[in-house]
Amino acid sequence: MSVTILSPDDILTPDQLADGKTGEMGFVTTTLAKGVNWARANSVWPALFGLACCAIEMMHSQMARNDMSRFGMELMRASPRQSDLIIVAGRLSRKMAPVIRRIYDQMPEPKWVISMGDCASCGGIFNNYALVQGVDEVIPVDVYVAGCPPRPEALMYGIMKLHEKIQAEGMDSWRDRKGGLGIQVGS
Amino acid sequence: MTKQTDVVAAPAPADVVAAVHKQLGERVTVDDGGALVVGPSNLIDVVRALRDDHGLDYLANLTAVDWLDRFEVVYHLCSSAGGAPIVLKTTTDRANPRVPSLFGIYPGADFQEREVYDMFGIRFAGHPNLKRILMWEGFAGWPLRKDWREAYFEQEHKPLTSRWPDGQFFFGEDKLTDWGSNTKLPPAYTGAEIGRPKPQEGQYVVDIDALRRGTSFGSDRLVVNMGPQHPSTHGVFQMRLVLDGETVVDLEPVMGYMHRNHEKIGERNLWLGNMPFTDRLDYIAQLGSEWGYALCVERMMGLEVPERAEYIRVIMAELNRIQSHFWSIGFLLNDLGAFFTPSLYAIEEREIVLDLFEMATGSRLMCNYMRFGGVAYDLPDAFMPLVNVLVNERMERAIDEIDAYLTNNEIVMERMKGVGVLTPELAIAYSTSGPVLRGSGVAYDVRRADPYGIYDRFDWNVVTANEGDVYARYAVRIGEMRESLKILRQALPQMPAGEILGGKKAWQVRVPAGEHYARVENPRGELGYYCVSDGKANPYRYHVRSPCFVNLTSLAEMCKGYKVADVVAILGSIDIVLGEVDR
Repeated sequence: MSVTILSPDDILTPDQLADGKTGEMGFVTTTLAKGVNWARANSVWPALFGLACCAIEMMHSQMARNDMSRFGMELMRASPRQSDLIIVAGRLSRKMAPVIRRIYDQMPEPKWVISMGDCASCGGIFNNYALVQGVDEVIPVDVYVAGCPPRPEALMYGIMKLHEKIQAEGMDSWRDRKGGLGIQVGS
Repeated sequence: MTKQTDVVAAPAPADVVAAVHKQLGERVTVDDGGALVVGPSNLIDVVRALRDDHGLDYLANLTAVDWLDRFEVVYHLCSSAGGAPIVLKTTTDRANPRVPSLFGIYPGADFQEREVYDMFGIRFAGHPNLKRILMWEGFAGWPLRKDWREAYFEQEHKPLTSRWPDGQFFFGEDKLTDWGSNTKLPPAYTGAEIGRPKPQEGQYVVDIDALRRGTSFGSDRLVVNMGPQHPSTHGVFQMRLVLDGETVVDLEPVMGYMHRNHEKIGERNLWLGNMPFTDRLDYIAQLGSEWGYALCVERMMGLEVPERAEYIRVIMAELNRIQSHFWSIGFLLNDLGAFFTPSLYAIEEREIVLDLFEMATGSRLMCNYMRFGGVAYDLPDAFMPLVNVLVNERMERAIDEIDAYLTNNEIVMERMKGVGVLTPELAIAYSTSGPVLRGSGVAYDVRRADPYGIYDRFDWNVVTANEGDVYARYAVRIGEMRESLKILRQALPQMPAGEILGGKKAWQVRVPAGEHYARVENPRGELGYYCVSDGKANPYRYHVRSPCFVNLTSLAEMCKGYKVADVVAILGSIDIVLGEVDR
């Protein structure tokens, strides 16, 4: 079997090459889910929401040195209604638990959660009555990032893992995915 | 506009105690530790005499100790002119704990008394707003009482037989209450009203009917909740603003959204085991927090710190101060609307300091570097060349750059000058500290007022500004960064070789029975540690006097009469770190 390698010059006219963005070059086939997920994964807007020490490292990961915007997710939204991702960066106290649940419920679907750091993931070193032992007691978590606090690089790795996860999943919401009903907060 | 002053030394606490004893006679006694002891009925008179006749105008710290047969409320009073604090104690019985409130004498007692009420259930008679501050209203029990057992650690109040009664794995969304599981609520408490504050009936609600009838031309008051999720609250902090139009009439800070009871954990840990927890108090100025705790325990144990370790501590703490001020200036400008551009430049410098911390301690943020009697590791070889370049060349330029672009910027001045004014008298009365106090013209810096470490060897000045507004606090921070550089330039070449950890190397330390209140000047103000030892393996009482928490007491005073947008700037100028506010 012989293989012919074609260069763009062989199949495109010079005009088409010069004006390559006309959309007349051909077409791409994919599934709707893949296309949608590609778009979703590359424009994840996190909520501007920090709890504790990990929030400092979260901010560092947006700053000049680490520059999270390389991954299309620098646009932190101060309103949960405009965000797709909530990075729970820090310890979650019982007093804060209803608040974070409400913030999560205010986010539009599809939405994802990264639990950043040990406290958010499992209570960390603060194992006592005042803290929720892991944010997954209150909201469903997609990616856990370990560390106390995780370095900015670790957070970015977690975000890239989330991108992989988004690209691999269907278009269902988390309620469909997990068969849960969620809870109603507020009236 | 900033000026630099020297502080005059105040008389020693022992002399003041003797003078007080002489004046007040039988109403006070002096205990073995040199503390004044007074009965609750005489407390107000004695404290007023201490303030008016003996110059103790600054309530540094207020806390309580549960001795199982009685409660002891402990006050640390000092003079805003400097000097070590005087300890004043009063006792109350456990069955009906009641102590007069010092709110009328020191308004700075406000939040601290509420905290003691929240944690111990001691009622402060005469306090205008005595309710829980860190836990939520309706929480059962008084967590810092010694007979209050923690769920999952101590059996008595364990609410469930197993931590995972239905097996360890479940979908979070399947079995939730508003509070998560693993909590104990008082009987008949539903939690329905928590987290959903309602305006009080008739008081602040707009009278829609009156508006419709057109009879109401005056403006009504509105309650607006800012936070706990708000981009300008620097974490999870809530303010309830009472507004008349856009003007703030009253303000109530609501905190505790990150409360994990650091002190209860501290009383469970071994002495050394608390060191990593102190990092997580003020996570922007970690090494200063560690130093305060190390200082307290060292003084209780009578440990000597080797020369080299003292220098390393000063270098670390001052680098810490510089990076922390960079951070707070960057985010103050964020709050003013310069979205992220100044912070990008400021945090670039902070990254380099964090690199140095990582080099020396192994961690960027949670350093866990100080030990009782020194520091954990010596500085690596590559540290000195880098820190020299940073201190002698780069930092100065970075501060100049920020100074040049911001200090005389028209918009910055317009937003900051004359906003959030706090007079020196009020600043002292509200027990503020750090740049908030010095921005009001009070030259009070713990490094000078109650010296610790080796700060007396260096030539540096306490930076103050007289205006008392947001701009003055900003200017004090800029000035302090330059003074820190000055200290670093002196400390780096002087640093001797030698030991870095005095005493015997041990995992477990024995702290003799006794108590001590040690304080350090953290970037945000006076950070104090009050430890009580009963000679056992862990602290009997471990209290942190958090500068941010106490500084917030003055927030309402600063905000009244200004607009909502100014509240954001004022809060940014106090520069709170919620890890330390809520503990």
